[in-house]
Amino acid sequence: MASEVLNHVFKKPATVNYPFVKAVKPDKFRGKLLFHADKCIGCMLCMKDCPSNAITIKKVGEKKFECIIDLDKCVYCAQCVDTCPKKAIEATKEFELAQIDRSKLKIVYKNDNAEVKKDTQGQS
Amino acid sequence: MAKVTIPIGPQHPALKEPASFNITLDGEKILDMIVKVGYNHRGIEKACEQRTYIQDMYLIERICGICSHTHSTCFIQAVEEIAGVQMPKRGLYIRTLVAELERIHSHLLWLGVAGHEVGFDTLLMYSWRDREIVMDLLAMLTGNRVNYAINTIGGVRRDITPEQIKTTLAQVDVLEERTKYYIQVATEEITLIERLSKVGTLSHDDAIRLGAVGPTGRASGADIDVRRDDPYAAYADLSFKVCVDNHNDVLGRTIVRVSELMESYKMIRQLLKNIPEGPVVVKVPRKIPAGEALSRYEAPRGEDVHYVKANGTDKPERVRVRAPTLANVQAVAAMLKNGYLADIPIVVAAIDPCFSCTDRMMVSMKDVNASKENVIDWKTLRKYSIDWYRQNRGLDLSKIKISKRW
Amino acid sequence: MHYVYDLFCILVFPGLIFLSIFGVIAEFIDRKLYARMQNRMGPPWFQPVADFIKLLAKEELIPEEADARMFKVLPVFAVAAVVTAFLYIPLWNTTSLYSFNGDIIVVLYLLTLPTLTFFLAGWYSTSLYATIGAVRTLTQLFAYEVPLFMGILCPAILADSWSLEAIAKFYSEHPWYTLFNLLGFVVSIIAVQGKLERIPFDIPEAETEIVGGTFTEYSGKLLALFRMAIDIELIVCAALLAAVFLPFGLSMAPITIAGLDIEPAVSFLIFLVKILAIIFVMSLIRSIFARLRIDQMIDFCWKYLAPAALVQILISFILKGILIR
Repeated sequence: MASEVLNHVFKKPATVNYPFVKAVKPDKFRGKLLFHADKCIGCMLCMKDCPSNAITIKKVGEKKFECIIDLDKCVYCAQCVDTCPKKAIEATKEFELAQIDRSKLKIVYKNDNAEVKKDTQGQS
Repeated sequence: MAKVTIPIGPQHPALKEPASFNITLDGEKILDMIVKVGYNHRGIEKACEQRTYIQDMYLIERICGICSHTHSTCFIQAVEEIAGVQMPKRGLYIRTLVAELERIHSHLLWLGVAGHEVGFDTLLMYSWRDREIVMDLLAMLTGNRVNYAINTIGGVRRDITPEQIKTTLAQVDVLEERTKYYIQVATEEITLIERLSKVGTLSHDDAIRLGAVGPTGRASGADIDVRRDDPYAAYADLSFKVCVDNHNDVLGRTIVRVSELMESYKMIRQLLKNIPEGPVVVKVPRKIPAGEALSRYEAPRGEDVHYVKANGTDKPERVRVRAPTLANVQAVAAMLKNGYLADIPIVVAAIDPCFSCTDRMMVSMKDVNASKENVIDWKTLRKYSIDWYRQNRGLDLSKIKISKRW
Repeated sequence: MHYVYDLFCILVFPGLIFLSIFGVIAEFIDRKLYARMQNRMGPPWFQPVADFIKLLAKEELIPEEADARMFKVLPVFAVAAVVTAFLYIPLWNTTSLYSFNGDIIVVLYLLTLPTLTFFLAGWYSTSLYATIGAVRTLTQLFAYEVPLFMGILCPAILADSWSLEAIAKFYSEHPWYTLFNLLGFVVSIIAVQGKLERIPFDIPEAETEIVGGTFTEYSGKLLALFRMAIDIELIVCAALLAAVFLPFGLSMAPITIAGLDIEPAVSFLIFLVKILAIIFVMSLIRSIFARLRIDQMIDFCWKYLAPAALVQILISFILKGILIR
């Protein structure tokens, strides 16, 4: 044991100095969800299958839908990604999602595919 | 020194999860012990009845962080048996691969925790560094480091590419080298052996009588392993050895777990060499026909039993989980008889307790008003507990507000 | 005038302030080495200072049933005892600040005082965990005290004097005699782990068994002072071992650079290097052993350490007879 321990004094440490060194995630990591409004057909199957009721699909026009995701309720299981028949939801690799203000965790994906955070001033 | 009663838990640095051990001491010797569990009860079984089977999968997976695949697979196996589905072979192999990887990560975690409880922090840091290899493998295969969510009703959600197979085999080789080093430490490091041997002895007869399962039972000579006695998933195709030891103490449990690690590496190599081609999932209708099933699984801690009753809708009627720690925690009192205070952390850690898995039961209380009520609603329960604390402990908790989100 | 110089020595260098700073540096080196041996990064250089400042800012909670006066006074005693012990250790080759015949015994007794304050701190806390920790501290004292004393007094027997300065002088004149004290050195380094309450003998403060041991009820300024006492105790014990067992210094001939006699500064630096070497060995011991149980520790100390120390005493006596002739 002593020789192994002494060897380690001269090796590079196994821990990294996060957050100054970024953590690398593998492909197909289940991070924050991304919604493609042009592919959604409004079947609402993702809402039925979500274990924590984190995703809401709202109708904003004829065959146009927008999506509200609660990042604090989502468990990042990506069941909605599997269930969607048109592959309108995608899981990204983003995982640093912590916020101090709880209202910033409600993400609205509008139909023009620009992500807008829910704000109270009524501007889009 | 006179007799003292010292509380270990519910909050204590030695315990990773809350449980209460009330110990009566005479100096450093233990005279008596009272065990209480139930601090981690979250009402999961009731919550399962209000969600569909697909939603339940993710809920059941989060019963425990270390053995999440265990609970998920056990539940899915019961549901698939009621639905009468035949699983594709490739899906079964992938399920077994993730199960064995989970066993590796759980045993390495246990090795580190055992080292920490005896003050051997170096072992903790080394084994958890090697555990990172397994966690990265699982993240590559399933998309997440814990709560893998690889199961779905009728199969698995992701397929495995030949590149991933090659990476897995290479990393398993690295892990096998490191595990050989840990076997050497466990059998040759003198201070560790001093702390682990002759501690927490459980004789063979006691183990059978108290119903110890998993490595706790196997270290006392009980030859039980669900993978061999009642094969599920792909275990019928694998050849492996069941590690039984006769030391009857914590050192025996260490040796059993480390030997199981070596067996897991062999099993993973067999799986990846013989994995058949084909689909990984079959389509299962959302409504499961009426029926009931009991499924068993060899978790890293022992035998895990799930019972599911379906009634033709898309929500289960009753789900019941019996975790292995519930079977092992009865044996702790027998192990600690005539032991020392300094041994309590390591003996409790040696059964690999997971109290999050254990606290499942809904006990219906004897009602104070002697009316025949078996189910109490939330408001009555809250009033009952406030009254009890006011009468028996002199505390007034009625001013505590309940959050409006519920 | 002499009193101002004395006050300066006691309070600033090499007294309280120097020891505090060096204690902080020594704790950082110990923790960084421990971390690197475990293949992780370890704390940054300002970590012990940050810990100290954080503790000073916290609120002090004294239990209702505890004796408040003793509670507050004991940490100050611990710090005072270890700082006083440092004043007798030869720092500049063979010169120490104050020395008299018999000061090695005084240093050893001053080093026992912190252990007694730990016991009293735990006893006066009247909390369950603290009482168990306090009793363990005393039990451990009975086990390691005898081998430690015997080990440190063996070089004194060979040097035929009870004064640390005279011992250092003797060994710097005959440097090869230190090889005869090797067994005593090994016994002392192991026994001193018990005094400093480090692994494998950190039973009184076993975090996983009795929460905080003797210091369970301490918080705020008082805990900061206790931690400082433990840090300084580490340096003092390492310095004592270095002075008694490793006296390779330069000769007393003055070395001049630019007309200034810097021989005391150079030998002081060499002494610091010796202390750091002993701290390195202590960190190594901390990484490769598990924590022993109290009964196993007493067994080990009385079955192996004490006989080894006795053998060393025997060797010293025999050699003294041979060499003096």
